[in-house]
Amino acid sequence: MRCDEVAALLPTLVDGTVPPNLAVEHHVESCLRCQAELARYRRLLRTLQQLRTRYIEPTPGLLGETLAALEEAAERRAVRSILSGRRLKYAGAIGGTAVATAATAALLIARSRRRGAPSLSLAS
Amino acid sequence: MEQAELIAAAQQGDRAAFDELVRQTFVDTFTLACRLTGNEEDARDVVQDAYLRAWRAIGKFRGEAQFSTWMYRITANASATHLRKRHRHRTEPLDEVTEPADMRPETQPATAFDSADTLEHVAAAINELPPKLRSVVVLKDVYDLPHEAIAEELGISVAAAKVRLHRARRRLRDELYEQGAEAHAV
Repeated sequence: MRCDEVAALLPTLVDGTVPPNLAVEHHVESCLRCQAELARYRRLLRTLQQLRTRYIEPTPGLLGETLAALEEAAERRAVRSILSGRRLKYAGAIGGTAVATAATAALLIARSRRRGAPSLSLAS
Repeated sequence: MEQAELIAAAQQGDRAAFDELVRQTFVDTFTLACRLTGNEEDARDVVQDAYLRAWRAIGKFRGEAQFSTWMYRITANASATHLRKRHRHRTEPLDEVTEPADMRPETQPATAFDSADTLEHVAAAINELPPKLRSVVVLKDVYDLPHEAIAEELGISVAAAKVRLHRARRRLRDELYEQGAEAHAV
């Protein structure tokens, strides 16, 4: 393998999650340039990991603004929940009334049919 | 109160408990937002959006990961959304490399990498990456999130996440070790 071919693979191989094939391994073992290149990537990775604990101080007041935004969102959510609860109640009441009306109508129709139907004794 | 207790209380709708979780994780979340967006102005929007999303979704937090890792994922997702919106509004190239504004040799990462202030130079080099590459290298190499989680939060495939990581590491290496790259190319 050539150095440029190995160098192109090093960014992926450096963290050890993908095992290198034997050809790459043999090349790096015998090539000082590629060893140096691998060492650079390793150093880069170590430095990147150190950045995790290099904190950036938030802009003054941002925490307070964020907490206030959360408060506002929670209030909006509560209002929405009350409104949707009311809507459900209205819908329930309307639905109940509709069912009761339909049942009364059905009952009245059934009664009127019974009265209007000819009796068997008269027919005979 | 322990963090687990705060989470349990927040899941029952206790706002004060959630506020305390915000206070405990705020600097960490803000730092990640800065690293992902590359500037504090965008980070402000991202961090607020991230906590609003977290508040809405706290009921779904099952404790399989740490709360901080859960927040990292939400922040990554909020940042990706924010950068997509910004891209639409400002038509900034997401893929192209932006040139550093200050071109004096002593301020360039390649010549300054071996100085005592290495971390700052690496952070500056990350900021110079295109947002798509920056997000992946920050989430993987700085915050150690798995490729699958990164892909999910950024809305890309795992293969794309790996390709972007490869390109990001290579660009960082070129930025920080430019002289070494020249020597190697000989």
